Amino acid sequence: MKKLSVLGRISIFLVVGCVVALWFLPMWRIDLAAPQYPEGIYMEIWINDVKGDVEVINGLNHYIGMKTIHKEDFKEFVYLPITLMVFCGIGLLVLVLNRKVGYYVWTMIFLTIAGVSMYDFWKWEYDYGHNLNPTAPIKVPGMAYQPPLIGYKKMLNFEALSQPALGGWFFIVAGVILVGVCFYEWKRTKNQLR
Amino acid sequence: MTKYLLTLMSLGAIVGFQSCKMKTTEAAVSGDAASKVYVAPGKYDEFYNFVSGGFSGQVSVYGLPSGRLLKVIPVFSQNPENGYGFNEETKPMLQTSHGFIPWDDEHHLALSQTNGEHDGRWLFANANNTPRVARIDLKTFKTVEVLELPNSGGNHSSPFITENSEYIVGGTRFSVPIADQEAALTQASFKANFKSTVSFIAIDPTTGRMKIDFQVVLPGMDLDLSRAGKGPSHGWFFFSTYNTEQANTLLEVNASQKDKDYIVAINWKKAQEYARAGKGKKMATEYYHNTLNEENHTATSEVEKEVLTLDPNELKDFVYLIPCPKSPHGCDVDPTGEYIIGSGKLAALIPVFAYQKITKAIADKAFEGDYYGIPVIKYEAALHGEVQKPGLGPLHTEFDGKGNAYTSFFVSSEIVKWNIKDLKVLDRVPTYYSIGHLMVPGGDTKKPYGKYVVAYNKITKDRYLPTGPELTQSAQLYSIDGDKMQLLLDYPTIGEPHYAQAIAADKIKAQSAKIYDINVNKHQYVSMGEKTTKVVRAGNRVDVYMTAIRSHLTPDNIEGIQVGDEVYFHVTNLEQDWDIPHGFAVKHAANAELLIMPGETNTLKFVPTKAGVYPFYCTDFCSALHQEMQGYMRVSPKGSSVPLKWHTGKTDSAAAVAAVR
Repeated sequence: MKKLSVLGRISIFLVVGCVVALWFLPMWRIDLAAPQYPEGIYMEIWINDVKGDVEVINGLNHYIGMKTIHKEDFKEFVYLPITLMVFCGIGLLVLVLNRKVGYYVWTMIFLTIAGVSMYDFWKWEYDYGHNLNPTAPIKVPGMAYQPPLIGYKKMLNFEALSQPALGGWFFIVAGVILVGVCFYEWKRTKNQLR
Repeated sequence: MTKYLLTLMSLGAIVGFQSCKMKTTEAAVSGDAASKVYVAPGKYDEFYNFVSGGFSGQVSVYGLPSGRLLKVIPVFSQNPENGYGFNEETKPMLQTSHGFIPWDDEHHLALSQTNGEHDGRWLFANANNTPRVARIDLKTFKTVEVLELPNSGGNHSSPFITENSEYIVGGTRFSVPIADQEAALTQASFKANFKSTVSFIAIDPTTGRMKIDFQVVLPGMDLDLSRAGKGPSHGWFFFSTYNTEQANTLLEVNASQKDKDYIVAINWKKAQEYARAGKGKKMATEYYHNTLNEENHTATSEVEKEVLTLDPNELKDFVYLIPCPKSPHGCDVDPTGEYIIGSGKLAALIPVFAYQKITKAIADKAFEGDYYGIPVIKYEAALHGEVQKPGLGPLHTEFDGKGNAYTSFFVSSEIVKWNIKDLKVLDRVPTYYSIGHLMVPGGDTKKPYGKYVVAYNKITKDRYLPTGPELTQSAQLYSIDGDKMQLLLDYPTIGEPHYAQAIAADKIKAQSAKIYDINVNKHQYVSMGEKTTKVVRAGNRVDVYMTAIRSHLTPDNIEGIQVGDEVYFHVTNLEQDWDIPHGFAVKHAANAELLIMPGETNTLKFVPTKAGVYPFYCTDFCSALHQEMQGYMRVSPKGSSVPLKWHTGKTDSAAAVAAVR
């Protein structure tokens, strides 16, 4: 029995739906707060854009020599939508072929995209926080300004909180569905063999 | 006026003394007053209190109940603090038919209304001396329009407003010969040539833009204060008037002869019909109309050439006079719109007129005669009743919406609470000292909040630490929640506060602008980013297109300017973050600084008279590197060969840093 269960086939729609949601919802959100910013400032990362108080953040960054953030500088905003579109296409192919192995491969692709994306994000944050302008006005010995990949961190007068935004949660749900269905299909195969 | 008041005050002192009980000057403040006005750090006040700045020509904004000063809005006077009236953009706001007039005396304020309630869109202010009215936008708290009034002298009964902001008025306190005529200063000449005008200024309901719709030309007398009718009396305006004796000298005596002066009742709806029907007369005149465009941050002046006048001698049945004892000052309409309270400042009683009785008297032709052809209604026919022995020197009345009136008494220096229906005095509290206007938040509307009354006092000796001969004026906040008024707080004010308005903070707070969007900055000399900054010479005019952002000005080095050049610094604040203005000042600039809001462009004109190097810098502490936000302009002798050049940071910064190490 190499065919997908009904549940497996339905899950493909759910996963594609969750991924498509990324075109309409932000993926990630970094909140910043400081005494001078009681109302808080934030940055939202979308699959093809960076929104929120980016100009405000850029204005503050130059004191400590961080690079300014510009949408145009992110190759990711081109690659990521294409990658996810291809991923959704593969999903539909898996549905048509209706083979479990296809579903497993599809899940692997998803996990790879997720892993590479997070690594890429971390790398950008590392570079952004460490690669400082040597002529920056304020230099604090030993200080780097890498925002947290996920969670809370205090940096000088700023508190930073980094977490998935609504679209990000949809993406996570897609991953949970994929892994869960893989496990279900694998169990089902084992039971039927018995 | 002052002399006259002083006389009254000494009179008051004698009367007060004789009524014995030597009061101490310490206010009887009961124990929990502080907690009622305490607004904890980080908390907001409940009301915005807009207070006229009197001879400062500004509007000050206080929070209530804390009495904290939140802002000073320049309106009719130059303000070096932010360059209003000094920078090139706002200079046109103070232009008049008599040139640039950078000061005025501001007495009254009116918040725009919808259905008889404050709507939080605009605030109007009057200029008494050079007759003008201004409109302040309550999104930005900026003066956006100033309209000059022709045929007016002392724009005192202004800018009172109708219940749907159809009109604000400007009534002249000093009657003057109209059409800018010259006339002899004799009583015969006064009677023949001097007139009082009331300007009806229409408000565009969407833009707020003001326009003199028509002027009513009245016989020469001093129009003092005014209120629009509301509810049943909507469509009418009431003005108090003194000097119906038509004296032109020593009014202190000569204008206090008659037992009764008048309240002028104008049916503005009927006047409007006459105006629409082309029954008015167009008069050639000249007056300025100045508007600030908030898209290009620039004010422009237009000259209006004509005004439509209506003469109640020719056009009948829209102006009536109601006798009112004695030298009436205040003229206030209660929240129901039914009662009109006159306050004869020399009278020992308060007359209350009923709108229904006035209309009935007009229908019945219950007139006692006429004044220059205008029918005078019989006093008793219009009267609802008189408040007996309320105090000395009644001036102004506000309302709590529960049927109670609060009248200020200048001479006896107190607020008296009384019931409008039965005219019984209910309570009285002393004020410190010599109260003029008083204000209940929303007290001039159909729905007063009725929580506080604020007294605006002229005299404060011994109330605060002494500051030499010149002392502050003050406001005093009383709770009127209970049966008894209770003094909670007094706080100093700028200028001499005349009238004030207050509005629930919720009606304004949320709409407050935080920045100007730089993407829609349409200023003629805007620099959209540092890359577009430049210096352009045309003859001896030099335009510097400059930007300000934390923490530098671009360009910050300018050379090639010559003595006698007219240098215009057009500084654009590139910030798009709330509460990040930048200032700009040049050494020896003969005007003021600029204070530029995020996304805004302002222009400072500077004409160097000597060669040298002129530092310039940011004056508003903007950031950790504010002190470094500075630059130089090199000024060479006239005819010098130094080329025009400019830059910011073009020197090798790495080398410069190395050199410092």
